[in-house]
Amino acid sequence: MSDEPEPEPEAELELTAPLVPFFVVTGGRSLPPAHEYERTTLVSAKRDAAAEARTLSPEAREVMRLVADGFLSVAEVAGHTGLPLGVVRILLAELADEDLVLARKPIPPAERPDKELLHAVLDGLKTRFGA
Amino acid sequence: MYLDPNVTTAVKILVVGHFGVGKTTCIGSISEIEPLRTEEEITEASVNYDDLSGTPDKTTTTVAMDFGRLTLSDQVVLYLFGTPGQERFKEMWEDLTRGALGALVLVDPERLDESFAVLDLVERFGLTYTVGVNRFQGTTDYPLEEVREALALSDETPVVPCDVRDEKAAAQALITLVNHLLSLLS
Repeated sequence: MSDEPEPEPEAELELTAPLVPFFVVTGGRSLPPAHEYERTTLVSAKRDAAAEARTLSPEAREVMRLVADGFLSVAEVAGHTGLPLGVVRILLAELADEDLVLARKPIPPAERPDKELLHAVLDGLKTRFGA
Repeated sequence: MYLDPNVTTAVKILVVGHFGVGKTTCIGSISEIEPLRTEEEITEASVNYDDLSGTPDKTTTTVAMDFGRLTLSDQVVLYLFGTPGQERFKEMWEDLTRGALGALVLVDPERLDESFAVLDLVERFGLTYTVGVNRFQGTTDYPLEEVREALALSDETPVVPCDVRDEKAAAQALITLVNHLLSLLS
């Protein structure tokens, strides 16, 4: 059995194991609903949140520090902290419950994208890349 | 690092393709930030041959995905998510496709057969897409119509050359996609 060849890992899909169990980081809370704190939800710390942030877990504090001075997407918070997306979503839901962060939701999914929005995207791409 | 404080609308486009097709390079070519990586857990059924109970084990795997950002106006920011095209990631696809404008499907003309699974997922999730044909050094220019035929794409689906290392080519592929989305509205 043991001399069977291991399946080759795909280099692009890094398989990693956490050092601290994530249920510790998240205090055992479960994931918010799928449409809350999505990858493209924009989050920022509330202006007066710094003092209260001192009592938070190290990971939640790190998230608070990261978004202290402006908006970032949830995906960027995960990218910069190195925490798994699910953990970041749970921490943000917790921070929002405690009134420490603001969230701007992405446009709700529609059957068809909005024409005005598509034009804004098109114009933005053309302006940026001189196309 | 931070977004313009006036940005209120975040949109996303998926950059989809098989392993090694150039998704991350493409995102890196046009992103205004150094591409970032998210790690997320997916559960998948694993086949355990020693298990006599007949119930497949569920195992948790961490998948790393790269993404980039592009501020397009005072109010609109675009996120580009590199999305692996394997069937086993379809749980993640549900989240990624929700609210996505569409997809840029990258294909390698030398490995077109590997793109069928990707296209199958894109169509199953109802994403509007454009096919970008990445050109690797040393490969001959591949006639786009042959790619269309080999992949059995509809006449309406745009197929564009897309050297993923070239900012302008990658941007042009996105512009083609957005024009295609607009054409479907009228």
